[in-house]
This record gives sequence, structure tokens and C-alpha cells, in this order.
Amino acid sequence: MAFNIYDFTPLTKSIHDSLSASLNPTATLAVEWLIVGVAYLLFVALFGLFLVYAERKVCAAFQQRLGPMRVGPWGLLQTIADFIKLLMKELITPKRADKFLYNLAPFIVIIATFMAISVIPFAPGLASFDFDIGVFFVTAVSSVSVIGVLLAGWSSNNKYSLIGAMRSGAQIVSYELSVGLALITMIIFAGTMQISGIIEGQRDLWFIFRGHVPAVIAFLVFVIAGTAETNRGPFDLAEAESELTAGFHTEYSGIKFAFFFLAEYINLFIVAAMATIVFLGGWMPLHFGQFEAFNGVMDLIPGLIWFFLKVFAVIFLMMWFKWTFPRLRVDHILNLEWKYLLPINLMNIILMTLVVLLGLHF
Amino acid sequence: MRSIIKYFGEIFGGFFSLLTGMKVTARYFFTPWKNVTQEYPENRATLKMPDRFRGEVVMPHDENNEHRCTGCGLCELACPNGSIEIITKSVISEDGKKKRAIDQHIYHLGMCTLCNLCIRACPSSAIKMDQTFEHAVWNRAELTKVLNKPGSKLMEGVKE
Repeated sequence: MAFNIYDFTPLTKSIHDSLSASLNPTATLAVEWLIVGVAYLLFVALFGLFLVYAERKVCAAFQQRLGPMRVGPWGLLQTIADFIKLLMKELITPKRADKFLYNLAPFIVIIATFMAISVIPFAPGLASFDFDIGVFFVTAVSSVSVIGVLLAGWSSNNKYSLIGAMRSGAQIVSYELSVGLALITMIIFAGTMQISGIIEGQRDLWFIFRGHVPAVIAFLVFVIAGTAETNRGPFDLAEAESELTAGFHTEYSGIKFAFFFLAEYINLFIVAAMATIVFLGGWMPLHFGQFEAFNGVMDLIPGLIWFFLKVFAVIFLMMWFKWTFPRLRVDHILNLEWKYLLPINLMNIILMTLVVLLGLHF
Repeated sequence: MRSIIKYFGEIFGGFFSLLTGMKVTARYFFTPWKNVTQEYPENRATLKMPDRFRGEVVMPHDENNEHRCTGCGLCELACPNGSIEIITKSVISEDGKKKRAIDQHIYHLGMCTLCNLCIRACPSSAIKMDQTFEHAVWNRAELTKVLNKPGSKLMEGVKE
């Protein structure tokens, strides 16, 4: 097998070749689908668990605590133990719940998450899809999960759940706009919606530096709106513990709760990955135009590591928000979106268009 | 025009106030050696409780098995929930006088709220708060303690 940490195209190609040498095309396709599916399942489960662990540790550090320390070295196995506990829990359905919708809701949420994660390239040649509308696909698919949230709230037959779901719906629908517009700003700059094209456009310098002022504004707006879209603090109204016990997933237990929980953290990863791809160059190493020596040194670090470094930087930023700021009130959240983020975003698009038209970028 | 200035002023003001908060948490994050968490069973040998921590009421005895308790019963009166019972006896002193002395200073740790009122009421500083805190026992009766040691007597020179 031709394994190369810098470019995964030979690896995937060699797997494809060896499979098609022994199987007919249909079976090859089926086996490849299976491999990709299992790979994504494993990634989502393990990375989700790791993110939960990271969140607890980062949160602890922000509050001058240690966080989980007992299970495994530095508590590394804590979330695995938690997950096993969740798997063994009884699945409880409330008495007068809408059974079908109640059981369907977690799957809608987790499927939306899987669909959104499928277009994200982790390294050169390590992506399962490369549409010409990749960015649009992510925004479209990630907003499907709000249906799952609303269904969960409605079918639980619980007032906390319903209020949480309605809040979540209002919030996601509003902030979807800002996420979309911030992405459109960068699409204007990149001139393509194809994710590979966007990353290729950042070969000389990442977009956040090339687009200077409007790109930085778009990045800030995207991170704020993305935090709101993942229903995380300070925008965690949908599951505001002190008001709504657990919001839309109050009535869920066991593996169904784990689905919501995992989806929430993978959504965090997706938002961070989109911010990385669109603003920080995806897996592209940091290049400065003509500085060949510097670029060469940066190229020594594989794209996979670059990608995850940047993703973790953005995730850290969002955790920093969550553990610093108090929760917003529901009308303040909508104020922030419709009175501040949206007008700024629209002005920013005009600014970006001018920058592109007049060639004022690097 | 003024409203536009106000609008952008609010945005930047809000932005910088958020940065202030983030600066505080960042300082916490990057100074992990100042963490307040103590890993308790591991650091048992070196554990130092805060000065004002109250663990239980004890009666200090000196090397001659002498304490300062006169059995006046003020601590019993001061206790809001009856955790202290004083049983006194009368002893004959050298000059032939009958004198009150402590027989048993009974302290119910299980009922004690560690409010410190008995210590403040004691006129002869006979009892004090200790900082021990590992009070788990198998039987509830073990939480009832007699504070004066058997055979102990009143220290010389303690005023009644």
C-alpha cells in the first residue's frame, strides 16, 4: 500500500485498485461504501468522546479546576466510561409521547450531522465528497437537524422539552442567516463553492489574511453565529439547565440521549471545520506568497495535522466563549442577530464585493 | 447621526467588554499551577486545611493529662441544637471544700453544625475547633464522644 502522510490520494487509489482487482464494480463500490461508513462512524464516536473529554478539561482549566482525573491517566478514559454507562441505561419513553416521532428525532439529528461531516476534507485526498456546491451543502444539511430538535421537543409531551425546542428553532433559523451570509462573503472572495477549490485558493495565503478587514469581520460573525447554531453557551437557551432542566432532550435517556449529545459535539467540530476551511485554509499549510524557504518548512508538517491544529484552535475559541460568558436572554439573542449581526453582515458583503471588484486584497 | 454613533459605540463597547472577560478566563487557563483543586486521598500527608476550616470540637490536654474545663456548662447553654451535654461531679479539694468539676463533657458530633458558638462561650478556652474532617464511622454511636480524657483533671490556675 502506498501510504503517504502528505497526500492520501495514492492510499485511496491503491485500496480502490486492489478491491477492483478481486471484485466486480458493484461489489467494489459496496465495499468502499462500507469502509467509508465504518470510518465515519468510528471517527464520529471517538472524536465526539474526545471532544467531550476536551471540553471538560478546558472548562476545568478555565475555572481553576483539574477536571476528570481518576479514570485512566489524567482521566482520559472518563468519557469512554460515561459512554458505556449510557449504553447500559434503560430507554425510557414518556407515557403519552408520540412514540414514532420520539424515536425518530435522535436519528434525524445524528443523520444530519453525518451528512454535514461527509464533505469535510481532513487532508489532501481524504474527503468522501467534493461537490461543486460543497459549502452550500453543509449549510443546507446542518439546518436539517433543527427538525430533529423540534420533533424531539414536540413528541416528548413535556413542557420543558417543547419550550426548549421552540427556542432552539427560533435561534437556529435566525442564526442560519448569519452563518450563510458570512459564508457567502467568503464565497464571493473565493469565487467558488467547491471546498477543494476554496482550499486551493488559499495556497498563497489564507483567506482571513488575504481578505483582511471584511474577512476578519466575516470570521468573527461566523464564529459567533456558529456558536449559536450549535446551541452552545452563551447561546445555550435550548437546554438552559437552570430554566428548562435539559431542554429538548429532557425526556431522552440511554443511547438516544447519547445521539443528541454526540451530535452536539460533532456539530461543534463541523462549525470549527467550516471556519477552518473557509477562513484558515483547511489542510493548507501556512504559506506566505514568495517566501519559498518558509513555505518549504511549513510544508514539512502534514496537511492532516494542520487541519486538526486549526480545528482545535477554533474549537478552543468556542469553548473559551462558552466558559466565559453568561447565557443571553432569549430576546437579547434575537436582538443580537437581527439588529447587529445581520446588518453588519450585509454591509460586510458590500465591502467584500468592493474589495474583490477593485482588487484591494492580497 | 447620534444614533449611528451610539449603535457602533455599543458594538465596540460590547466587544471590548467581552474581551475583558475573556482575558480573565485566559489568565486562569494559562496558570494551571494556581488551580484550587486538591487531589485529596493522594495528598493526604501534605494536606493543609484553610485557617477558618472547622472540623470538630476537641478539648486540648497537656502532657500531665490536664485540661482547662471547669464544667461551668456555658458551652452547653450556648449550643443551639443540644450537641453538648455536661455532666459534673463534686470533688473535695485539699482544703476540704466541695468543688464542682467536670465528669464527662459529652459531644454529639453527629448533631453538631460546627457553628463555633460553644468555643466563643467558653470562659476558660477549654475547647477549640480542630481541623480533622475524616469523621466517617460504621456506627452512629461512635459519633458521640467524651471530650475529657479518662483520669484527666483541671489544670492549675484556671479561674472558675
